[in-house]
Amino acid sequence: MVTLHINGHDRQVDADPSTPILWALRDHLGMTGTKFGCGAALCGACTVHLDGAPIRACITPISAAAGHNITTIEAMEADKVGKAVQDAWVRHDVPQCGYCQSGQVMSAVALLRTKRHPSDADIDQVMSGNICRCGTYQRIRAAIKDAAATIA
Amino acid sequence: MRIERKNRAAVSRRSFLKAGTAAAGGLVLGFVIPGANRPATAAAATPAAPNAFLRIAPDDTITVMVDRLEFGQGVHTALPMLIAEELDADWSRVRAELAPAGDVYKDPLFGIQMTGSSISVAHSFTHYRETGARARAMLIAAAAERWQVAPEQCATSKGVVIGPAGRRATYGALADAAMKQPVPATVRLKDAKDFRFIGKPVKRLDARAKSSGRQQFGIDFTLPGMKTAVVARPPVFGAKVRSFDAAKARAITGVVDVVEVAVGSGGRGVAVIADGYWPAKRGREALAIEWGTDAVAKLDSDRQMRDYRALAATPGQPAITADTGKLASSAKTISAVYEFPYLAHAPMEPINCVVDLGVDRCTVWAGVQFQTFDHGAIATATGLKPAQVTLNTMMSGGGFGRRGVTTSDDLIEAVNVAKAYGRGPVKVIWSREDDIKGGYYRPSHVHKVDIGLDANGDVVAWNHVIVGQAISAGTPFESVLIKNGVDSTTTEGIVEAYALPVNLSVHHPKANVPVLWWRGSASNHTAFVMETLVDEVAHAAGIDPVDYRRRLLGDRHPRHLAALELAVARSGYGKKQLDKDRAWGVAVHGMSGSVVAYVVEASVKDGVPRLHKVTAGVHCNMAVNPLTIEAQVQGAVLASLGTTLPGAAVTFKDGVVEQQNFNDYTVARMTDMPHVDVFIVPSTDPPGGMGEPGVPPLAPAFANAVFGVTRKRVRKLPFGLGSA
Repeated sequence: MVTLHINGHDRQVDADPSTPILWALRDHLGMTGTKFGCGAALCGACTVHLDGAPIRACITPISAAAGHNITTIEAMEADKVGKAVQDAWVRHDVPQCGYCQSGQVMSAVALLRTKRHPSDADIDQVMSGNICRCGTYQRIRAAIKDAAATIA
Repeated sequence: MRIERKNRAAVSRRSFLKAGTAAAGGLVLGFVIPGANRPATAAAATPAAPNAFLRIAPDDTITVMVDRLEFGQGVHTALPMLIAEELDADWSRVRAELAPAGDVYKDPLFGIQMTGSSISVAHSFTHYRETGARARAMLIAAAAERWQVAPEQCATSKGVVIGPAGRRATYGALADAAMKQPVPATVRLKDAKDFRFIGKPVKRLDARAKSSGRQQFGIDFTLPGMKTAVVARPPVFGAKVRSFDAAKARAITGVVDVVEVAVGSGGRGVAVIADGYWPAKRGREALAIEWGTDAVAKLDSDRQMRDYRALAATPGQPAITADTGKLASSAKTISAVYEFPYLAHAPMEPINCVVDLGVDRCTVWAGVQFQTFDHGAIATATGLKPAQVTLNTMMSGGGFGRRGVTTSDDLIEAVNVAKAYGRGPVKVIWSREDDIKGGYYRPSHVHKVDIGLDANGDVVAWNHVIVGQAISAGTPFESVLIKNGVDSTTTEGIVEAYALPVNLSVHHPKANVPVLWWRGSASNHTAFVMETLVDEVAHAAGIDPVDYRRRLLGDRHPRHLAALELAVARSGYGKKQLDKDRAWGVAVHGMSGSVVAYVVEASVKDGVPRLHKVTAGVHCNMAVNPLTIEAQVQGAVLASLGTTLPGAAVTFKDGVVEQQNFNDYTVARMTDMPHVDVFIVPSTDPPGGMGEPGVPPLAPAFANAVFGVTRKRVRKLPFGLGSA
């Protein structure tokens, strides 16, 4: 049994310590907002925050998360920056299939926490770890800038 | 994939009905098809109203059943817009649900329930609007009866019927009474000038759910007691399991069973069933399997390309015939050989399927493009009657063709796992490695083209040979799509709009690789060849490539010309001075009833081509939702651009796929994405499709710009792997 601190709550997970945070969230806790895309930290669909920093939940075992704060997409509506990003995502009609967007939002929130007014180069650099196959990158760029403007 | 529209009669065969009473009351409208196996009376008795297209609940909620798969293309918003338009609905009350497999949800022209070929909005345009119009008429009739006035004295506005003397009633308040009204036999649809939704940039109904993690996809679906399975599939397609040792797998906590199952392409595999994905994956890694690969052919990509090139030098099965006699005497000749690799679709949501199999029923949850085939395949695989099988369509994280497997191999495999396990519901999940290595690729191709020009720069001969596997062979579409040994799924897009004397023949070699349509279908290679060659011909003739295309299109293809002129005008082509390291590239192509033209700016730095800016001119007739069309074009640019990047290829060595994940199978990332501006030619004609048409012309426009910089023609995809 591993105790995880997720979105401000302690959650007990009866899983092997090697279990990635992704599968603890999805299979043990029923939190399916965090997505499985590659299982190898290559696509960013599983991005969550560990103590505020973006990590890939598909390769981070729960053994490495005990004692740390995990924040997932489910907590973003109650988060000032998260809500601003989600609102911008809706205003810019960003999602197409939508499957990668939890990870995109989590990466964008992490970016805006460290850079309040990111440049195009900042956005490209940080967001290039999140793959979208539908082609929402252009609207993501615009939405991040719009979100930045609303937070300030 | 193009299917001839020979089933138009199906439209008139279906008639509207009140599809049954929802448990909570309200107005429910659907269809019945005479002779179909679900009679209207049965539908009316079923609370779930399985034939429904539209439900108006007493609380004013309007639910539209979407008879297609939503996997990003926006049909989940576009079809509700069509109903809302004629219903005069309050958009804030409109919801959408994906319809399960059912006869009434079959495409009115193709006669099967499907999503593909960019047909959804085009084919559903009329019956969705008529559904809305009929519901509106019934709501008005109910209000008129209640108020004792003539229906003509009533109007509607945003979900409210308005009568004389300021009387008002919401649709929800009238829904039960409207259900008692007869369904009008005929309705008049709105004039385009009165549209409130169609043609306006309407935001997606699913944007909030998809931005907050709340949207449920197939992979998120769960049932009490459900187990997760991963399948070890053979390293070479069609290979068998000689023996396996599951002792180590079974020893892993959470692994509940290990079973041998039949998988796709005639192969055998081993499924590990566990309490969740992680123990299932660990269990699979712990399996010791001896594969029997002796009896299956083992492809080698280098050898295949050599063989294909040799075949391309010989005439194939005739597809289009024209005189090539003037080749020898032409003033100028161009000879070109093109190579295209296998491509994986790599949708972000890996393939998955939930199966709940009982003694006398089977329910499946999956995001699929061919519900009619899949429903039948599940019935066959389970030995159940079709009526005992329910197939629920799940929102899908992309597809690009991958969820349109006509043989239903993925679903049958999942049913096999559930059957072999036999103790409850199972969800099969493919890992990304399973997806990249798992087949159903866009086929590899070689094109060989010999062109003769006269002294005026006009093409007098064009001999064209294509080599590639026939996608339609062995599918239910074979009889329709393969004619005289030529699969139109290989040749579409060669003869499109241009007046060229194309003589086309085709070789369809067999290869032990399952192949499938990939966004843009044949045009994702044919348009590359045609649009780069037309560019080359223009240069050979000393004529500007846009002028040359104008000349080839003449006055016979005004929509192509309008799209091209719009892209040219908005891009500044021929007027704007480009940065010294950049060049223009142009291409135009039509498919699925729409035309997309691109003018692009590209550069090449240190041998790496880079696409900077894209201006799109779109002619899709009526633009139902311009916001979606813009998104589809941006997506098409990205999809096609991705095929040009180093590493965008699936290759084989000794029958084994050499790539495994996004580290060695390249897809486009944000740093690759150019700025895309989309402009739409205004039109009120019935809409064409927009899911695919943006794909084919992008890569050739980029290649033409690369030529502008390097003066070298790109003959191979992905770019940079030995350009000519």
